[in-house]
Amino acid sequence: MKQETIKTKKINWQTLLAPLALVILYIFFSIFGNNFFSADMLKNILESSYYIGFMAFGVTFIIITGGIDLSLGTVMMCSALIGAYVFKQHHWPLILALLLTVGVGVLFGFLNGTLVARLKLPPFIATLGTMMMSQGIGSIITSVQSQTWPTATEPVGGWFKKVFIRNDFASFRGFPVGALWLIVFFVIATLILHKTKFGRYTFAIGSNEEAARLSGINVIKWKTGVYTLCGFFVGMSGIFYAAAYTTITPGTGNGQEMNGITGVVIGGTSMSGGSGTMVGTLIGVFIMSVLKNGLSACGLQAPWQTFFTGLVVIGAVLLDIQRTKAANRVKKG
Amino acid sequence: MAETILYMHGIQKYFPGVHALDDVHLELRKGEVMALVGENGAGKSTLMKILTGIYSKDEGTIELYGQPVEIHSPRHAQELGISIVHQELNLMQDLTVAENIFIGRETTKGAFLDKKKQNRMTDELLGSVHLDISAKTPVKHLSVAKQQMVEIAKALSYNNTKILILDEPSASLTTSEIEDLFSFIRRLKATGVGIIYISHRMEELKDITDRITVMRDGQYVDTVNTADTTIDQVVQMMVGRVIYEEPKTHSNVPADAPVILEAEHLSSNVVKDVSFQLRKGEILGFAGLMGAGRTETMRLVCGADPRDTGTIRVNGEEVRVRTPADAVKAGIGYLSEDRKLFGLCLSLSVADNIAMPSLDSLTGALFVKDKLIEKHSREYIEKINVKTPSSHSLVRSLSGGNQQKVVIAKWLLRDCDILIFDEPTRGIDVGAKSEIYKLMNQLTATGKSIIMISSELPELLRMSDRVVVMCEGRVTGEVDIADATQEKIMTYATMR
Repeated sequence: MKQETIKTKKINWQTLLAPLALVILYIFFSIFGNNFFSADMLKNILESSYYIGFMAFGVTFIIITGGIDLSLGTVMMCSALIGAYVFKQHHWPLILALLLTVGVGVLFGFLNGTLVARLKLPPFIATLGTMMMSQGIGSIITSVQSQTWPTATEPVGGWFKKVFIRNDFASFRGFPVGALWLIVFFVIATLILHKTKFGRYTFAIGSNEEAARLSGINVIKWKTGVYTLCGFFVGMSGIFYAAAYTTITPGTGNGQEMNGITGVVIGGTSMSGGSGTMVGTLIGVFIMSVLKNGLSACGLQAPWQTFFTGLVVIGAVLLDIQRTKAANRVKKG
Repeated sequence: MAETILYMHGIQKYFPGVHALDDVHLELRKGEVMALVGENGAGKSTLMKILTGIYSKDEGTIELYGQPVEIHSPRHAQELGISIVHQELNLMQDLTVAENIFIGRETTKGAFLDKKKQNRMTDELLGSVHLDISAKTPVKHLSVAKQQMVEIAKALSYNNTKILILDEPSASLTTSEIEDLFSFIRRLKATGVGIIYISHRMEELKDITDRITVMRDGQYVDTVNTADTTIDQVVQMMVGRVIYEEPKTHSNVPADAPVILEAEHLSSNVVKDVSFQLRKGEILGFAGLMGAGRTETMRLVCGADPRDTGTIRVNGEEVRVRTPADAVKAGIGYLSEDRKLFGLCLSLSVADNIAMPSLDSLTGALFVKDKLIEKHSREYIEKINVKTPSSHSLVRSLSGGNQQKVVIAKWLLRDCDILIFDEPTRGIDVGAKSEIYKLMNQLTATGKSIIMISSELPELLRMSDRVVVMCEGRVTGEVDIADATQEKIMTYATMR
């Protein structure tokens, strides 16, 4: 019983670490950064979090099952490319183009799930394959031409940015609408992960897949579901990437998956599966965003941002190892 | 009486907040095997860690050959002639016997290894303990028992080992391998080595030990001559009360009890045409040597592995069991010896584990009914006496016996009428064992039916109403408990 209380304390302390780091970083950059502590910068931080946030929500489920998805970035680009392509070149209504964007994500997610759950491919290999496939498909369909989504001033689909990124509400100019979307889907993802059967099975599969199977859980079905759900979130991230950056270039997206995965890992979800929280992921994503904008406010440009993000990844994984070690110590004791 | 080579007296050990050892004595004589027994947490390993220099004692004396000694470190213990062989094998599978024995202190000639000399020394060492293994054999080609003996030989290869501690050496061995190990231990005894033998398998103490020292709750209870005592007496000393269920002399199942589970002509690549019937309220024992195909058979019954042929009937009706989910739906729950691998999600809470197979019925339109799960898991925690701080505790933090009970609880909550217990008491201590036995009898009294696979014959004879014996994938015999003896079962079990 004694050990139990010790352990509970430890875990609470560990879960506090991420929010604490976020606050400290924010304060740090507010002091040392140029114009960091301002409403505009906060909007910047939020806006560069949207697409990574959606990606990270999705992959949180996968990482909790003990898997990984390397195709996040390229699938996001692929879906945004295809959406823009049917909108601009084939004059689909914007709403249908958006649905297709999400649909492409869902399809790739389902493909990943089938490969991993039904055909038993290691997640790393399966999603490495779909990473390349999605990158290729995006280029093939668009004939390697950049595609553009409508800007705010365009007559057709001008509402796109207003609905997904920012809009003026009476006296409030440039209200970050995207944040509302992020919060709504954060709440949905949290409820799915922590309150539904789907979420419960996600944890069970990650903790011990064979025990879950022998308990009568249809592991293939639920695991496919997890990857498909992630695909949905990746499709959503495609929309928000498009809304933020307008122009999508074929052949890009490689490396973006690491932003999503890093956010999850910083948020305290264990790469070995079986544990993690959605709120951790949200905080992890914001930590990265604060870091990126903060460093540039300090005058450090892209190479430095990359460098520090790498440092944070290593730090976060080291923390994960420490956490596992602590848990193992308790087991032995 | 043989000379006393080790005398530990009045040993005290404190850990923060715990009085781990309180005035413990231990005496070991030349050329004897002395069992050190006690439940988990009785202080056996703490005492052995003091003897091998891992912990230092807080009070008390240790005498070797009448000379008081202080043991400072594991290395120092080894220099004093005290060696320990751990339960887990620490051999490198791809290296040879000689390379394993001399790992870290290889024989060299100049800058190069002197394999010839090393092999010769190893052969000498193995010969001196009458072990018929070549120094050049890769360890992976040896049986687990032989590997165990290589570990022991390795311990002896340190100069002048006179005191050998064997920590559960038989835990992973089959019956015939244990015989092999025992004759090896007897040969060692003859060379004058004193052996401290730690084991949870009560029955084998009779075979191999000369004396038994019992510990309980960090205290010394008594030392008895093995020949003058019974296993039940030893167990009683260990737990401080009478615990085992009375052995069955006749079946408790009425002759006309309905057949609840019937398997016919089951086969896979290991299982060959196995048929059996389980009746309501029965404990059906499955006996056999390791590799007889008992676990494989049960994995077919519960859908864990695909089967080539065979039908399964529950309450007379055929059920299509193709996945574990089908089996669970038909009311068949499987509890494995390896609960960590097959039974539990260690990183999840007790309540989550208990609720796992029943989650369908514990979910509303959208969300899981956590309060209901809480209520049910509390109910079962209480009913079958799972010792856990709360239903939110992680299963990882529970002891083996209590983890096993969590697995039972999850099948009970799922309302499974057929429970398959595969080695349910392996690796858990006597007190917890007896609780599992009691629980099994309570379950059958309430109309559940149990299939119990066990490699411990006394356990099967104590619990079963009927015993099915398997050998090499086939059913070779079936005996009613009234006529069952160890000899009879062993005859069937070796009937090739």
